[in-house]
Amino acid sequence: MSDPTNISGSDVDQAVDAALTDIAAAADSAALRAARNAHVGEASALATFNAGLRNVPKDQKAAAGKLVGQARARVNQALAAREAEIAEAEAAAQLAAEAIDVTALPTRWTPGARHPLLTLEERIVDIFVGMGWEQGEGPELESEWFNFDALNFDADHPARAMQDTFFIDPPESHLVLRTHTSPVQIRSLLASELPVYRISPGRVYRTDELDATHTPVFRQVEGIAVDRGLTMAHLRGTLEHFARAMFGEEARIRLRPNYFPFTEPSAEMDVWHPGAKGGPRWIEWGGCGMVNPNVLKSAGIDPDEYTGFAFGMGVERTLMFRNDLSDMRDMVEGDIRFSQQFGMVV
Amino acid sequence: MRIPISWLGEYVELPEDVSADQIHAALVRVGLEEEDVHRFEVTGPVVVGQVLEATPEPQSNGKTINWCQVRVAPEGQLAADGGADVRGIVCGAHNFVAGDKVVVTLPGAVLPGPFPIAARKTYGHVSDGMIASTKELGLGDDHAGILVLSSIGLDPEVGTNAVRLLHLDDEAVEVNVTPDRGYAFSIRGIAREYAHSTGAAFTDPVERVAADLSAARPSGFSVTVEDEAPIRGRVGCGVFVTRTVRGIDATRPTPPWMVARLKLAGIRSISLAVDITNYVMLELGQPIHGYDLDRLTGGITVRRARAGETLVTLDDQTQTLDPEDLLITDGSGAIGLAGVMGGATTEISGGTTNVLIESANFDPVSIARTARRHKLPSEASKRFERGVDPAVAAAAAARVVQLLVEHAGGTPDELGSVLDDSEAPAAIALPADYVTRLIGVDFTPDEVSGTLEAIGASVESTDDGYSVTPPTWRPDLVDAASLAEEVARIVGYDRIPSVLPVAPPGRGITREQRLRRKAADALAAAGAVEVLSYPFLSRTANDTFGSATDDAVASVRLANPLDVEAPFLRTSMLPGLIEVARRNLSRGLTDLSLFEVGLVFRPEPGVTYGHATDLPLGGALPSDETLAQLNAGIPPQPRHVGVLVTGNTVAKQPGQPALPAGVADALTAVHQLAASVGAEVRVTQGRHKALHPGRTAELVLDTPAGAVPVGFAGELLPALARELDLPRVVGVAEVDLDALLEHARREVVVSPIVSMPAATQDLSLVVPVEVPAAELLATVVEGAGELLEQARLVDDYRGTGVGEGEKSLTFALRFRATDRTLTAAEATQAKNGAVALAATRFGATLRD
Repeated sequence: MSDPTNISGSDVDQAVDAALTDIAAAADSAALRAARNAHVGEASALATFNAGLRNVPKDQKAAAGKLVGQARARVNQALAAREAEIAEAEAAAQLAAEAIDVTALPTRWTPGARHPLLTLEERIVDIFVGMGWEQGEGPELESEWFNFDALNFDADHPARAMQDTFFIDPPESHLVLRTHTSPVQIRSLLASELPVYRISPGRVYRTDELDATHTPVFRQVEGIAVDRGLTMAHLRGTLEHFARAMFGEEARIRLRPNYFPFTEPSAEMDVWHPGAKGGPRWIEWGGCGMVNPNVLKSAGIDPDEYTGFAFGMGVERTLMFRNDLSDMRDMVEGDIRFSQQFGMVV
Repeated sequence: MRIPISWLGEYVELPEDVSADQIHAALVRVGLEEEDVHRFEVTGPVVVGQVLEATPEPQSNGKTINWCQVRVAPEGQLAADGGADVRGIVCGAHNFVAGDKVVVTLPGAVLPGPFPIAARKTYGHVSDGMIASTKELGLGDDHAGILVLSSIGLDPEVGTNAVRLLHLDDEAVEVNVTPDRGYAFSIRGIAREYAHSTGAAFTDPVERVAADLSAARPSGFSVTVEDEAPIRGRVGCGVFVTRTVRGIDATRPTPPWMVARLKLAGIRSISLAVDITNYVMLELGQPIHGYDLDRLTGGITVRRARAGETLVTLDDQTQTLDPEDLLITDGSGAIGLAGVMGGATTEISGGTTNVLIESANFDPVSIARTARRHKLPSEASKRFERGVDPAVAAAAAARVVQLLVEHAGGTPDELGSVLDDSEAPAAIALPADYVTRLIGVDFTPDEVSGTLEAIGASVESTDDGYSVTPPTWRPDLVDAASLAEEVARIVGYDRIPSVLPVAPPGRGITREQRLRRKAADALAAAGAVEVLSYPFLSRTANDTFGSATDDAVASVRLANPLDVEAPFLRTSMLPGLIEVARRNLSRGLTDLSLFEVGLVFRPEPGVTYGHATDLPLGGALPSDETLAQLNAGIPPQPRHVGVLVTGNTVAKQPGQPALPAGVADALTAVHQLAASVGAEVRVTQGRHKALHPGRTAELVLDTPAGAVPVGFAGELLPALARELDLPRVVGVAEVDLDALLEHARREVVVSPIVSMPAATQDLSLVVPVEVPAAELLATVVEGAGELLEQARLVDDYRGTGVGEGEKSLTFALRFRATDRTLTAAEATQAKNGAVALAATRFGATLRD
């Protein structure tokens, strides 16, 4: 070390040059840390110069102080710049090292699925709730009175025998698995103040063997409205709105005369399905009609004061033509691949 | 009902060359739905031929064939297929001789099958066509030999078009007749409906026998109705007409046109007399029974059966009769089940010469019950059940007489009877604006009265509308609504406009309906697939899963199950899910997470359900008491959720080992389900006979009124899983969703969110291994007091440093005060409270 009182410009420059060389050469933060220790640490030349300023004669102090101060500033600046460069490079290297194939990541959760028949029912209910209707429900194991008698099915009428009913043992108990959702009509009328506007989806039972077009356990959705002044025009209007909400603005309803004990007049309803596979066409959709006066009387309603309409359709059938399904069995077997095609929405 | 078009055309004007499709279109407009079209499917050159020579040629296979020369066109003319007038044809039948006229199907013809005819080499000859049997022509079942035309009374010119000759060019439309319209089970009824739809002129077939009806005075045959036990107050027989034809030749063939029409209508030709009774039934809708008059003993009495009485019906079955059965009897006893099936002793046979014709009207209910009781649905009972026009009986009897005279060579006889106690249809009051009010179409008064008159009703004006008397063939017209339907139907439903009614403001779906949706959505969102299984189970399945204990579970049985092995209604969701799982597994789908929401049927043990007495009649509001009884008679049907998991919850993937499914996944699903409906389920160690004894959880809901059980979860007993061909580990859960919803919180009491800093500490407690973690956690929470914001089990350690039979459970605790920054000392003090309580309750010690 040279004379501490004499801080020469060349010495300082030399120290600075050495520092800048080492700083520039530092390839990572460890090397930079070493360079920092060597060139601005306590034992470094610049630190020594700095300490030596004390001993510099007064008249030279300002110049020497400036010389050392500038030198230290240059070195510190270079350190900071290099530090930033190394940090950036190291961060980039870490990111590069962390790169993964995002197309091969493990899935920790497999999506499940709702059954499309049930999501379809919910959708149907929502359409009617949007018109102010409410959702009705009733038991599946039902009294024959609600399933038949109250709905104007005479005990000895062939219409009753045609329902292919599951009877509960013993048959004298007069209990059945409901053959349609229509008993909910009576339950709705008995339980509520008039007017009643009710949509009731649910499970029903008939003694049909399972095949591509039949299943002993299936689902229906039933609507009933009882109010003052309802006519068959209101029935058509409701069905038409329903059809448009389900199948698009071009959907239409066609009514054909038919017979059901619980409606008079009765009609079979066809829907013009604009999106049908193979082109728009008429599709048989369900049954409907004006509530038979005897049904109103069963619920204690005066048919001279109130009228009503009712309709019902198979949910399986609706799903089948809506989604172009051909085999009923897919809907009842529970093969997960079936529901998974629909996921959470129908 | 099948309607041969030629027959329809006899009674209603049809357009030239009308097609089956046109007729269907017309009938569907008035409510007769299209079912099918029936044809003989015989086309091409099918002609009358005359056998010139028939040479028997024995064959090596033991058969003898006839090598025939058959004239198929008048001499010197070309045959219908453009070929020669005489053809060589090989025929295997032997019931003909040279000179017989037969039906020859020439090359180019097609028989039903389809069976195309071509010249072909056989038995050493080229057979240039085929001689046909009635079966091959689709006319009957007789395949004993070929059809020799003289046997059915025909002697046409050679070369005549046999398709036309035998009426094989006719076709039938089939429509579905709804059960209210018995009259449409007749050509008469369908022709009338066709006229209503199209406006075509209708001729009532009854008019064919008008002259005979006014001339005939049947008398001298004794008929008595002695109904001592009318059903529902209705006498079993209201009309009974008998007529006699003597000297018929019962062996004569039925005319080909009648055979063809019967065949198209779906009825096999049997014998001339029987065919005629069937023909008249189809034409007029009136079932007819023919008796061999000489086999009757005295007059006829219609009465109810006596207990123990038996009858051998036409099908040779011995029927044990019920006192409700209505019988036709003579001096010898029962000779027929009225309106259902005749008896064997008096039936018409080939030797019959004198015939007594019965044309009667029976009570629909009586007939329906008898037909069902004896499982004898017949063409007759089908019509009586739905209502036969009581006014057509005499005409139908006259028509049978007419046809027997014409075709069987009989002579009408005055012996007969007319008993008619039928009630005239009651008039219905129809207010003037009723139809418009119900249908929503402004019908003119002329449209209303005109339409009702067109369907055969008589309409009189009254002060406030009309008095309408329906025609005798429409017993379904009983009130103003049924008349309104007639007007709307005949004028056309197309006239009805579309008007959207405005319902009063609704309240949306109910809380329960909304939460059920949320529950299903949550389970599906959490990875489970929703399925719908049949609720039909065996007793074993119900007993295994329906009750946790060894007690047999009360369950509902079907009287008429589809599968006798599964006659019970489910008491648990699990057997159905297991079935579905097995099906998926058999299809190679091994990672399964399934759920189903549905009703289970849970009768209370020892309770008799149902309504023991007769049900109240429809059409009147039962008393509150009766309604309550009806409802109390219905077994409880709570809504359950079943969950089943097996295979892997997370499949093996790069950097991710497989996560096998088990009870943890079933419980996770339960917690998801509970959270989705605002409930928190508490899990305790449980037992269930179908589940792994060490891996069963009982699920309870804590309510202000105490703990409510809401279900269970666990893994199937491995032995049971093996028996069911399932993987060893199957996680299941079953939750009573109704109970869960009933006790779930209704509203949230919100705690203010505190933003003071939290203090976190871990706590490890050593306890005996039997201590359930959940109980220790609850104790920690209780002991730590109000400053504890959250406690979570993070580790269960057993082994070095922890004594035998002990475990160390570590909880992560988070403390927070509402009003200040907690000091470490305060948090430690709270933690010590937890330690102290755990020590008292479980002998827990703090692990160093």
